[in-house]
Amino acid sequence: MMRFSTLIKHPADWMTGGQGEHGAVMTSRIRLARNLRRHPFPGWAKREQRAAALDMMRPAVEALPAMKDAFSQELGDLTSVQKQVLVERHLISREHAARGDGSAAVIERRQTFSLMLNEEDHLRMQAIRPGLQLTAAFSALSDLDSELENALEFAFDPSLGYLTTCPTNLGTGLRASAMLHLPGLVLSDQIGQVLQAVNKIGLAVRGLYGEGTESLGNLYQISNQSTLGESEETIIRRLERVISQVASHEKNAREKLLEDDPEMVADKIGRAYGVLRHAHIIDSKEALGQLSLLRLGGALGFFPPETVNLCDTLLMDIQPAHLQLHSGRKLSPEERDAIRAEIVRSRLHSLDSPDNPITSRDSTPANDPTNPGDA
Amino acid sequence: MKCDFCDKKATVFLTQLVEGQMKKVCLCDSCAKERGVTDPTGFSLADLLLGGVAGAAAPKAPGAAPQAPQGGGRRCQTCGFSLEDLRRVRRFGCSDCYATFTEEVGQMVRGMHKGTTHVGKVPAGLMAMQVLHQRLEELRARLDQAIASESYEEAAGIRDEIRNLELSAKS
Ligand SMILES: [Zn+2]
Ligand SMILES: [Zn+2]
Repeated sequence: MMRFSTLIKHPADWMTGGQGEHGAVMTSRIRLARNLRRHPFPGWAKREQRAAALDMMRPAVEALPAMKDAFSQELGDLTSVQKQVLVERHLISREHAARGDGSAAVIERRQTFSLMLNEEDHLRMQAIRPGLQLTAAFSALSDLDSELENALEFAFDPSLGYLTTCPTNLGTGLRASAMLHLPGLVLSDQIGQVLQAVNKIGLAVRGLYGEGTESLGNLYQISNQSTLGESEETIIRRLERVISQVASHEKNAREKLLEDDPEMVADKIGRAYGVLRHAHIIDSKEALGQLSLLRLGGALGFFPPETVNLCDTLLMDIQPAHLQLHSGRKLSPEERDAIRAEIVRSRLHSLDSPDNPITSRDSTPANDPTNPGDA
Repeated sequence: MKCDFCDKKATVFLTQLVEGQMKKVCLCDSCAKERGVTDPTGFSLADLLLGGVAGAAAPKAPGAAPQAPQGGGRRCQTCGFSLEDLRRVRRFGCSDCYATFTEEVGQMVRGMHKGTTHVGKVPAGLMAMQVLHQRLEELRARLDQAIASESYEEAAGIRDEIRNLELSAKS
């Protein structure tokens, strides 16, 4: 079985995958909720009942071909930092991390599938993919779900669909979501309007960090709310349509900003580069904001295109539990800010100043006479 | 737009954040009054969606006997979850609770989702059951139509078909 350190050593597949156009859509995520027939739901089950359900599910999950050599642990056997790292990687929920014995996490080697056992429902299964790939993620997860059906009897009602602990998940048990990076819409003050329009169609929008329309790092998550009365395909198709529209609004906003106010854009991206390359103390709020702008710079051609992935990996690695795991001990907030800055500086060490490509964008890329010594 | 609780025209529209999600409910005048929705900001939409509202059930005296015949004393046979538990946590104890608390489920689900009947994936082993269920629903709708249009001969035929299907399902 896979060890925690091995699981976490490498970035997830979906963190380094293809970024598609402009990288406005960072990841796509599908979650399915399933429960065992006749077993009390985890929140209502007595200790032995919960253990019995786990003993039924865990071998079935571990026997899935996709879960060969997977990471599989009862939550009581993980330290709080390890659990927190899994939360920061979006592999388990915050609620699941709060659990102990009687609940487990089974995570596929490349972190594309993760299954929570005895979360709010008996099974919460998740698939993550880079870019806008909800359909592909659903199809992969649905196959996994169908394989599990051979071993486990899921609670299902012909008119209410899959039965769940909370009626908000009835029917398909499907939550499909995408994470979007929308700095163009934020800088051009259009974000509120766009999010409102999305909300009006009945989709949920939330800032990834923080509340309301102001989200740290300009990161937003769009997901379906209704799970009953429409097929998985219908739900996903609507989401994909809306998300592509938002991504294209983002693209237009970026193009317009570059056209109307190129200096403002270059200034923001240049300052982000300066801070991130040279700061020795940086808190997570500032780091998120500056990395968001650096990522924008990568998408706009101020930096090489790989910069986008570099930023995504950094966004993950500078979170508190990741920092603690990295340094192998408990850190005070001050120490965290110093180590965070150190990691950022070292990762961006070989990233060229944006002034080189920007001044030479219209002429030849190398030997720019106006800027000789900055390489 | 129609009222979520009956088929009359809705005149009261409410949107509220319930457990972090925006929920919308449309009510007609009389349903709004019946449920005590006179001030849209002064009540919990969750309560309305979950059926645990004024008017839905008479308030029980504190410490009422658990064998109270209507509503109050109902428990799920499989897991022991009670109606009080449901009203308190707004979640269920096991999958059989959905059969125990059918009425409450109906009230909770209305307005919560885009529909009230499942469309989509069905576990492979239950496909036959699902097909039968859909066929019966169809026939019952046709039966209602036939009766409404006073086509009694047709209705009798449909009724026979329904009975046969139900029999074959039990065997
Ligand atoms: Zn009404
Ligand atoms: Zn029950």
